[in-house]
Amino acid sequence: MRVRAIAMGGALLLLTGCGAADMTKQASPFANAQGAKSLTLSVQSWVGAQANVAVAQYLLEHKLGYRVDTVQVDEVPAWDALSQGRVDAILEDWGHPEQEQRYVKDKKTITPGGGLGVTGHIGWYVPTYFAKQHPDVTNWKNLNKYASQLRTAESGGKGQLMDGSPSYVTNDKALVKNLDLDYQVVFAGSEAAQITQMRQFAKEKKPFLTYWYAPQWLFEKVPMTEVKLPAYKEGCDADPAKVACAYPHTPLQKYLNTDFAKSGGKAAAFLKKFKWTTEDQNQVSLMIADQKLTPEEAAKKWVDSHASTWKAWLS
Amino acid sequence: MATVTASTPRALPTGLLRHRAVHKLLLIALAAAVLVPLANARWASGSWPGALTVDLTSPLSKASDWIIDNRDSHPLFLYFFGYVSNAVVISVRAVYLVLLGAGWAGVTAFGALVAWRVAGVRLAVGTTAAFLACGLLGMWVPTMQTLALMVVAVLASVVVGVLLGLAAGLSRRMDKVLRPVLDTMQVMPAYAYLLPVVLVFGMGVPAAVLATVVYAAPPMARLTALGLQGADKEVLEAVESLGTTARQRLLTARIPLARKELLLGLNQTIMMALSMAVIASVIGAAGLGDRVYQALASVDVGAALAAGIPIVLLAVVLDRVTGAAGDGTEPRGRAGWAYALAGAVVVAVAGRLLGRLDWPDAWTLNIAEPVNRAVDWMTDHLYSGVPVFGGTADWAGHFTTWVLDPVRDGLQGLPWWSVLLIVATLAWLIGTWRTALTAVLAMAAIGVLGVWTPALDTLSQVLAAVAVTLVLGFATAVAAARSDRVERLLRPVLDVFQTMPQFVYLIPVVALFGVGRAPAAAAAVVYALPAVVRITTQGLRQVDPAAMESSRSLGATSWQQLRQVQLPLARPALLLAVNQGVVLVLAVVVIGGLVGGGALGYDTVFGLAQGDLATGLVAGAAIVCLGLMLDRVTQPTERRTGKGA
Repeated sequence: MRVRAIAMGGALLLLTGCGAADMTKQASPFANAQGAKSLTLSVQSWVGAQANVAVAQYLLEHKLGYRVDTVQVDEVPAWDALSQGRVDAILEDWGHPEQEQRYVKDKKTITPGGGLGVTGHIGWYVPTYFAKQHPDVTNWKNLNKYASQLRTAESGGKGQLMDGSPSYVTNDKALVKNLDLDYQVVFAGSEAAQITQMRQFAKEKKPFLTYWYAPQWLFEKVPMTEVKLPAYKEGCDADPAKVACAYPHTPLQKYLNTDFAKSGGKAAAFLKKFKWTTEDQNQVSLMIADQKLTPEEAAKKWVDSHASTWKAWLS
Repeated sequence: MATVTASTPRALPTGLLRHRAVHKLLLIALAAAVLVPLANARWASGSWPGALTVDLTSPLSKASDWIIDNRDSHPLFLYFFGYVSNAVVISVRAVYLVLLGAGWAGVTAFGALVAWRVAGVRLAVGTTAAFLACGLLGMWVPTMQTLALMVVAVLASVVVGVLLGLAAGLSRRMDKVLRPVLDTMQVMPAYAYLLPVVLVFGMGVPAAVLATVVYAAPPMARLTALGLQGADKEVLEAVESLGTTARQRLLTARIPLARKELLLGLNQTIMMALSMAVIASVIGAAGLGDRVYQALASVDVGAALAAGIPIVLLAVVLDRVTGAAGDGTEPRGRAGWAYALAGAVVVAVAGRLLGRLDWPDAWTLNIAEPVNRAVDWMTDHLYSGVPVFGGTADWAGHFTTWVLDPVRDGLQGLPWWSVLLIVATLAWLIGTWRTALTAVLAMAAIGVLGVWTPALDTLSQVLAAVAVTLVLGFATAVAAARSDRVERLLRPVLDVFQTMPQFVYLIPVVALFGVGRAPAAAAAVVYALPAVVRITTQGLRQVDPAAMESSRSLGATSWQQLRQVQLPLARPALLLAVNQGVVLVLAVVVIGGLVGGGALGYDTVFGLAQGDLATGLVAGAAIVCLGLMLDRVTQPTERRTGKGA
């Protein structure tokens, strides 16, 4: 009996003595392996996000002496990781009102890090070679005329509107329905699959209609023209089932983990100041995705020729 | 049941068998005649009636909200999950630091010497080559990260697996309880439970390790249980007569007797853990998988392959070495081990002194560019405009319109009760009334979960992909069974197909077949083919040589021999191949969602990407139910022990 009591007490002491395991402070086991200051950045699956991270990582490592780890995660899980401190910053967010409400406003575990300087826009696009042949395809009112030309095996007798990764914001199913279009939304399931398919179509100069977004390096390889949808007005996309308007133009945002924003020293200050243009980002993206440079090589090339831009971030 | 086993059909009068099948059919027809009008009168819809569904969206999103809100404060997290998570991080870090500290020379030497002690000189050379190749491809550090993760995940899986296996092996009742649990753990697509694991343990390594344990522990548990149950009765009695206690018997007799099964379990666990390495990268597990995943984002097949090859090499080396350990019956001398260890330490220290810990950058080989050029050339020339045959894009189109569409529309057009009826009939004809009941309940559960229509879409894709796999697989296997040379040539190809992460071939598959269900089917075929070929080849080769000889002496041609002797005698193997084909194709359904397969696969991916617990888990559960149903419909022989070949 006595032994048991002592054992119980010991166990309790052990538990409380060690204290609570803090779920909000766990870095990657691979971090700091050589005893360096380090931070973790989240990379999203599109190349523009890779470009941001590549340049930030290059400067942090070579100019500020940090070791940078990157993790590739989808957007919503990345918010969760950011709030827990497993990731220190997200450099390109396309707008997640629900997550902002929860983590920035209610829990205050995430702090806005300012704008990235790039404005994002989602829309429907057709390849420019097709738009030149049929200039009226660039208005949604005429899309039904072209449905038969845009048919594929997957679209079941209707025209195909290709959508991408499940992690992207999309109203396309509602749009097709509410605008009364003779189209079927086909989900490519990942950005990689979507890009591959677009390049195959472009090689054969076949017409296609796709959900796509700018800034994006692929525009350099496959020139595309946006299809005009009913104009965007504030709040016209409030009800997901009744959307019948275009997507907004979104100034892309950075977000930092709150603890990191406060005590992250030079790295946090640098990430808050990090701000560049669409052209800058596209330049780096194209080097990564099309010329197949590693993100590090691409970042080095850009950094070597844009000293005035990044010097401002370090001051 | 004696309905379908290897040799009995010939021995039993066929009339009796027919009689039994007719009986079952009559009974089912009777049941249908009573139940169908009832069901039809009450819910007269063709698709699954809305009244019979349960919506789990609200409870599941509440659960996910609760976790997020309480994760940083609730004692359950602070004092339990937090510790588990910390323990994982600390152990992975420890292994990683040891690997880095040993340097590339030390790690390679250690690997080679272990392979030498366990499996001989040839494998030692192979192991050395494999490690050097990882370095040459510029993947040394990611390989070490993956290795560290694997060591911890495999150890944890083995501990969990052995504990479950002990429970199942020592108690019949536990065995019964655990079996469906283990089935679910394996059939549930990892994507579906990544999100809950991430919510509880947080992004990154801890979640990755725990998700891996869920997937990799079952084979260890199954084989441990099998080993314990299969221990020689006479030996056990002899030991018992010596007056040993139960625990002594377990430790001195039953476990040593089960050595072979335990080592096979270890082998299977390592293989499954490695196959999770890439999927786990989706939740930030770093290492090789992460490199593959990031390469995918910039549509770079070459870079993905450069990270995929080390995974294949690790898998092949670990498979051969643990396989050899399982075959060897006698433990070898201690002295040899001591020399081996000392040798590895010497090399590691030498590397350290020479300042050659990190793999030198100059010694890397860039394969990405030539690979990408090759892939481009291939897709350019095959996509369209191959004379006479058309291009792969055309085939994919035809496959979609002529095969996938009719099968899907047919399945979705059937009234829901008739689908249940068909499932019941098939399962009962092949198995017992219990099998039929499980299959029907599984199918009904899909309806209740509210995903009837997408599930039938997925089912149509699975059926089509399995059909293609079987045609290709049986043809290849016949060739391999007839010629040793073909089999030898085929072996490395099959190894690569089986262990290459599916993410690597997503892009080429889309480049060849376009976006849609056809590339999803193609990816599934690539993954499932090796197991089908292996099982079938083995089955054909094991056919009694006497039977073959006598048929030859009767003047049978080689085709007649195959059709009338080999194939009928290899029937159990063929059936197992069908079953494995189904299970493995189903395992790729989620990957198919990434290339436009839609349906349940897409829902599962969507759930993870959008942090939507309800969509992801429900789709995952539906895939499990489909798996259960298909398993029962295709599995007449007694239950197998492990999954995968």
